Amino acid sequence: MAFNNDIRTIYQKELEGIHTAGIFKEERIICSPQNAEIEVEFPAGASRKRVINMCANNYLGLSSHPDVVEAARKGLDSRGYGMSSVRFICGTQDIHKELETKLTKFLGTEDTILFPSCMDANAGVFEAILSEQDVMISDRLVHASIVDGMRLCKAQTDTFKHSDMGHLEEKLQLHATARVKLIITDGAFSMDGDLAKLEQIVALAEKYGALVFVDDSHASGFIGKTGRGTHEHCGVVGKIDIITTTLGKALGGASGGCVSGRRELVEMCRQKARPYLFSNTIPPVVVSGAIAVLDIIAKTTERRDKLERNTAFWRKGLTEAGLIIKEGETPIVPVMLFNAKLSQDFAKELYQEGIYAVGFFFPVVAKGQARIRTQLSAAHDQHHLDKALAAFTKVGAKFGILRKNKQQIIDQFGM
Amino acid sequence: MSELKNAILDYVKKEYLEEDDEREVDFDTPLISGGIVDSFSMVSLKRFLETKYKIQIPDAKATPEAFDSVNHIIQLLQEFNIQ
Repeated sequence: MAFNNDIRTIYQKELEGIHTAGIFKEERIICSPQNAEIEVEFPAGASRKRVINMCANNYLGLSSHPDVVEAARKGLDSRGYGMSSVRFICGTQDIHKELETKLTKFLGTEDTILFPSCMDANAGVFEAILSEQDVMISDRLVHASIVDGMRLCKAQTDTFKHSDMGHLEEKLQLHATARVKLIITDGAFSMDGDLAKLEQIVALAEKYGALVFVDDSHASGFIGKTGRGTHEHCGVVGKIDIITTTLGKALGGASGGCVSGRRELVEMCRQKARPYLFSNTIPPVVVSGAIAVLDIIAKTTERRDKLERNTAFWRKGLTEAGLIIKEGETPIVPVMLFNAKLSQDFAKELYQEGIYAVGFFFPVVAKGQARIRTQLSAAHDQHHLDKALAAFTKVGAKFGILRKNKQQIIDQFGM
Repeated sequence: MSELKNAILDYVKKEYLEEDDEREVDFDTPLISGGIVDSFSMVSLKRFLETKYKIQIPDAKATPEAFDSVNHIIQLLQEFNIQ
């Protein structure tokens, strides 16, 4: 047996190291559909507890919406369970094309190609459209999947300080001679909840002849007046050359992602993007659910409007309670605790109060920037938010951090 | 020599540290292995050196090890008779 004790010990030691560093990740077992309230078994074997979920990407509350579930069920009946194929051999059904067309219309682009996930879209897109003569200039806080995609691409790389337009302009000047210059950013940044300055980025792109790439996974469906995303919010619909986004968050929450944008760039992905070419097609059941999601949000902005109201209430409530949040306007609201252990202890206390939220610390966020990331949903009703706010206030008081500034919290708990 | 070292150190601080970044960076601070300069951003440092000192650093010499501290960079520049 090749996997002998010596080899086993190598991995056991590595896992011990992860434990010792305090960054071992444990899965929480959820025994109910995704919703504003969920039933959780944590730790494994503990009795189940009904808690308010403040950490899902279920922004529009559509993950378990009856119309979506029904559409998925119909899709299962009419188009089957799986396709046993990649897209270009025998894995493309009429509903895949229908979903791509609907996404193109929704995002205001020229064409769209589906991927098994947005992680796959980001992993495949750069290599498919860029070569050694080109340069990718990315914001320093882009999502890990973009970083991986950039690593797989032969184009030159450079970065600009987070949302620093002066620095971006310097980089565009530095790489003036590259064949294609691609500016890469998230639309909404997942850890801080802030939005990219797309209006200024597009202006710089036009000035220096660069293309713009936006990962709008944490914005599609709810940012902008009709929820089309950060480009709608910033008034630059039609000016973003590549948008990647996910069907795994607001847009139904199941799985799947896409590259949407200029026709030729999307076609290059169909010809060359390896995660598209070498992984299975999205199952019909998920495609059918996603089509229903797009139909729901095309009819009414009711859900994104409710999410906006929930976000305003939550941001105001936390601030008035005396907690420090990252300013912004998105439903990603980080409650800043700075100290890693405090973020873990705070989350445990919240759980005791019936609130499910997760503490993040280095290396997920910078050292000394530990936090609890809360995420609002249109599935949250006022009573959920009232209870959650009361719990945050109670736990904040218990740790003595209400109305304390950053330095006072650090003095009390350390970095 | 100290002017050269300070010029590079100043560039590193301006280019790679955020305003609220309180990390101390000196001539021996590990830049790449220490997480201050990531591999994607190294190109700026290379371009800065090439432009300022009018040299061409071949990719084979522009390794993470060669760029891992200001003192390492000084050693690299000495190969190009920059002192």
